[in-house]
Amino acid sequence: MDFLLSFLNAMPGAVGQGLTWGVMAIGVYITYRILDVADLTVDGSLATGGAVCALLISMGVNPWLAMLTALLAGMLAGFATGLFHTVCGIPAILSGILTQLALYSINLRIMAIGDDAAKTKNSLAVSVDRHNLLVSSRNIRKLTLENPILLLAVLVVVVIAVLYWFFGTEQGCALRATGSNGNMARAQGINTDRSKVMGLVVSNGLVALAGALLTQYQGSATVDMGRGAIVIGLAAVIIGEVLLSGVFHNFALKLLACVIGAIIYYAVITLVLRLGLETTDLKLLTALVVALFLTVPYWKGKYFSKPVKPVKKEESTHA
Amino acid sequence: MLDVQNIRKTFNPGTVNEKTALRGVSLTLKDGDFVTVIGGNGAGKSTLLNAVAGVWPVDSGAITIGGVDVTKLPEHKRAKYIGRVFQDPMMGTAATMQIEENMALAARRGQKRTLRPGITRDERDHYREMLKILDLGLEDRLTSKVGLLSGGQRQALTLLMAALRKPDLLLLDEHTAALDPKTAAKVLEATERIVQKDRLTTLMITHNMKDAIVHGNRLIMMYEGRVALDISGEDKKKLTVEDLLARFGQATGSDEADDKLLLS
Repeated sequence: MDFLLSFLNAMPGAVGQGLTWGVMAIGVYITYRILDVADLTVDGSLATGGAVCALLISMGVNPWLAMLTALLAGMLAGFATGLFHTVCGIPAILSGILTQLALYSINLRIMAIGDDAAKTKNSLAVSVDRHNLLVSSRNIRKLTLENPILLLAVLVVVVIAVLYWFFGTEQGCALRATGSNGNMARAQGINTDRSKVMGLVVSNGLVALAGALLTQYQGSATVDMGRGAIVIGLAAVIIGEVLLSGVFHNFALKLLACVIGAIIYYAVITLVLRLGLETTDLKLLTALVVALFLTVPYWKGKYFSKPVKPVKKEESTHA
Repeated sequence: MLDVQNIRKTFNPGTVNEKTALRGVSLTLKDGDFVTVIGGNGAGKSTLLNAVAGVWPVDSGAITIGGVDVTKLPEHKRAKYIGRVFQDPMMGTAATMQIEENMALAARRGQKRTLRPGITRDERDHYREMLKILDLGLEDRLTSKVGLLSGGQRQALTLLMAALRKPDLLLLDEHTAALDPKTAAKVLEATERIVQKDRLTTLMITHNMKDAIVHGNRLIMMYEGRVALDISGEDKKKLTVEDLLARFGQATGSDEADDKLLLS
């Protein structure tokens, strides 16, 4: 009973984390599902978003402006990956890894801007007491408008609405066609290189925005905050798909499924932490969860599908 | 409408896999010409079509479509002038998108893509009417994902999409080869209707000699990266398979081609 109570007590935190990472998961969905590219830039661009946001807020800049700048910084990171991939012809995965690696150095520099004592810094703290933060985990249990869940939920809805509109436009359709069938897209006059760059830009913009939210939520940006982010994002996307693809067919709902996936992911994480695992064990756990959820649909198709072909074969041997 | 001047293409130059696929092909199509292309495996038929479509650049020579020199234009820019149907039914449509979305993409071929809606209500009604021409019941399935359609349905849809925005040139690359005979006949019939309706300038590769003779107003036969035979007008109308084989033998001095052609 105590256990259950303490688990329920931790649920608001899981929801807050889940909503923040949900924005990131939507970014991953755009590359992984729509563009059909596994983009590893996100491990770097999440921290870039966090670093830019923390820096600007600590300098006294309006937090909305700080988040917008973080978004633009992430888009720039995605643009770099896009150029590596399309102009330089480097495979998508490697392009992402290159940008991610480069961003590590850049993020260390960003966090030290304006500091005379250090040239690089691996973390930058912002406090809800001293700075004007939009969301903070400190308020997660308050029943006031300051509760971060409220603003995060509104932001998630806005992000989904904007993406729903964008992917319905001519450019958005071109991007979807590029991911679905590059040959077809080119035959219809779509510049597939341009589409890929655009998808990476949009995706990493969202990931950096999530980084900016996360920084405010947890009160600091660290250079390592994005480590393994791609796997968490994938976990959210896949959990959402496996559990909700039967009910959610509309595009906006599919994006929402990513967010719900992220919330479920953090609920499960909270549960296992209560069961006695260390936070350092989480990466192992996340990897296993993603592996499991990727295996299920594959095995379902391979071992549990209706045996259509064998039946036909039997008929023909009898005949 | 199409003017191909002495184009050459060698794949994997300087390696053991070096293959010269086009050895100086020249071809001029008049407005409204419907040309069928036959030839054995490796004769360069598909290579010729891909060269015109701009899948990769040619080594030398020039390609002009409707007076515009497209030799150096990338594939997506040439798409403005060209409608295409591929041999593989999976290649011409986006499986994860709806039928109407696929058509809307094709309706914007060669136009600048903006932030306006990707498909409008008026378009939907228009597409429904167009799909009726195919007589496959697709007009009632506008919002179905294309991946749910059969190969024949997808190929027919691709054909409709290729002609949705009247192309200067229609390229058909053995577009019925992967279909069962009955479906192939249906798609070919739809092809004839669509080409006739807008008098489209068409280049159609086929592996079937009879189809090549029955359809179109001109027939070319390729052999070892060159145009070996070019038959048009009254000559083409009276042509039989036996004629064709005999004339091919004369033109190339090869008799091995008989089985090669018939089998391929």
